[in-house]
Amino acid sequence: MSLTPSDAPAPAAARPDWPWHLGVAAAAVLWWLVYGQLAPLAEAVTETLTAWGPVARDSHTGAALAFFLYDVPKVMMLLVLIVFAVTVLRSFFSAERTRALLTGRHEGVGNAMAAGLGVVTPFCSCSAVSLFIGFVSAGIPLGVTFSFLIAAPMVNEVALVLLFGLVGWQVALTYLVFGLGIAVVAGFVIGKLRLEGWLQDWVREIHAAAASGCQSGPERPTMPERYRMGLAAVREIVGKVWLWVVLGIGMGALIHGYVPEDLMIRIMGAEAWWSVPAAVALGVPMYTNAAGVIPIVEALLGKGAALGTVLAFMMSVIALSLPEMIILRQVLTLRLIAVFVGVVASGILAVGFLFNLLF
Amino acid sequence: MKSVKVYGPGCKRCETTASMVADTAAKLGVAVEIEKITDPRAIALSGVMSTPGISIDGTLVHSGGLPDAARLEGWLSA
Repeated sequence: MSLTPSDAPAPAAARPDWPWHLGVAAAAVLWWLVYGQLAPLAEAVTETLTAWGPVARDSHTGAALAFFLYDVPKVMMLLVLIVFAVTVLRSFFSAERTRALLTGRHEGVGNAMAAGLGVVTPFCSCSAVSLFIGFVSAGIPLGVTFSFLIAAPMVNEVALVLLFGLVGWQVALTYLVFGLGIAVVAGFVIGKLRLEGWLQDWVREIHAAAASGCQSGPERPTMPERYRMGLAAVREIVGKVWLWVVLGIGMGALIHGYVPEDLMIRIMGAEAWWSVPAAVALGVPMYTNAAGVIPIVEALLGKGAALGTVLAFMMSVIALSLPEMIILRQVLTLRLIAVFVGVVASGILAVGFLFNLLF
Repeated sequence: MKSVKVYGPGCKRCETTASMVADTAAKLGVAVEIEKITDPRAIALSGVMSTPGISIDGTLVHSGGLPDAARLEGWLSA
C-alpha cells in the first residue's frame, strides 16, 4: 500500500468487488473437482503402500490405513469449506443485532429464537462473559440467555457439516433438531427456576445500572471484507485444529481396523441401557474440537454402536467443556454452573435414551 | 497521540488484535498509546459484547473478531 494517510479513500471504494467474487467461484469449482476424486486417489495410495509395504490391504492395519488416508484429506477439505462459508454467512449477524432481536421477548418464543440465533451468531467462548452481561443487562431473561449460551456451542456448524459429509444427512438433521431442542428446553427450565439471585453480585449491579453502552455499532463490512474474514478464519481455525483432526481420525482408524463388532454392540449397543449415562459421564470432562470427535463417531456407528449412545457422547463432548465453565465462573456462582451442567446433561441423557428406544 | 483501547479477556485473538494495532500505527507513523482492557467488568461497562473490541479516543470502532487490516489503517489515520 503506497497510499498516504491523508489521501487514503474508504477501503471499500478502492477496488471493484468482482475479482473477489470470481476468485471465490473459481476456488469453489476447484474444490469440487478435487473432492470428487478423493476416494479413488486415497484408494490408489493405499494400494500402492500395501503392495510395497509389509501390511496386507485386507488386514486390520490395512483397513485402518485406508480409513486414515481417505478421511484426513476429506475432513480437512470439508473443514476449509465450512469455516469459510460459515464465517462469510455469520458476518451478516452480530451479537449486537441478536441482542436487539431478543430484547423484550418473553420466555418460550424467546427461548426458541435465542437457540436459533445461537447457531448463526458469531461466538467464541472467550466472549461468553461479555455476551452474557450484554444480554442480561439489556433485560433479556436469564433462561433466554441460557438458551443462546447452550445452543452456540452445542449446535456446532463444523460438527453439523462433518456429520452430513461423513455419516449421513439423517444423523446430521437429528443432531440439529435435538441440539436446538435441548437448548430451548434447558433454557426454559433454568428460566422457570428463577435463579437470577445466583449470579455473581457485580453482575446484578450492572444489571441494575442498565445497559448504557448504546453506541452506534461499527460500520457494515463490504463483500471483499467478508471474504477476507473467511480466509483469515480458515487460516486461524485450520491451523488450530488440524492436530485434533489427525488425532481424531487416527482414533477412528484404530476403532475401524481393530475393535471387533460384537464387542462394540455389547458395550455400546442399544441393549446396554447403562451405555448412555456412561457415554455422558465420559464425554462431559472430555474436551476436543468438534472436528476431532466426528471421525470417532463415524467409526463407532460403523461398528454397530447405537445412535443414541453415540449422539449423547458427541453432544456432551462438544456442548459442555471445562474451559467454558471456568470462563463463566466469573459471572455465575458455582451453584448456577452446577444447575446449568445438570440441566444440559439431563437433556442429552434423554435424547440418548429416546433414540436408542426409537431406532 | 491517539489513545487506543483493546478490549478482551486475554485470549489469543485479543493479543493478535493489540499487536495489529501497534504494527499498523508504527507503519503509518501514528503515535498511539495502547491499553489492554482485560477485566470482564470493565469490558461489560464499555458496551463491547463480542471481543476483541477496539476504541480510539473513546469511540468504539470495532467489536467481534480480528479487525480488517484496511479498516484499521483507516481508523488510525483518521
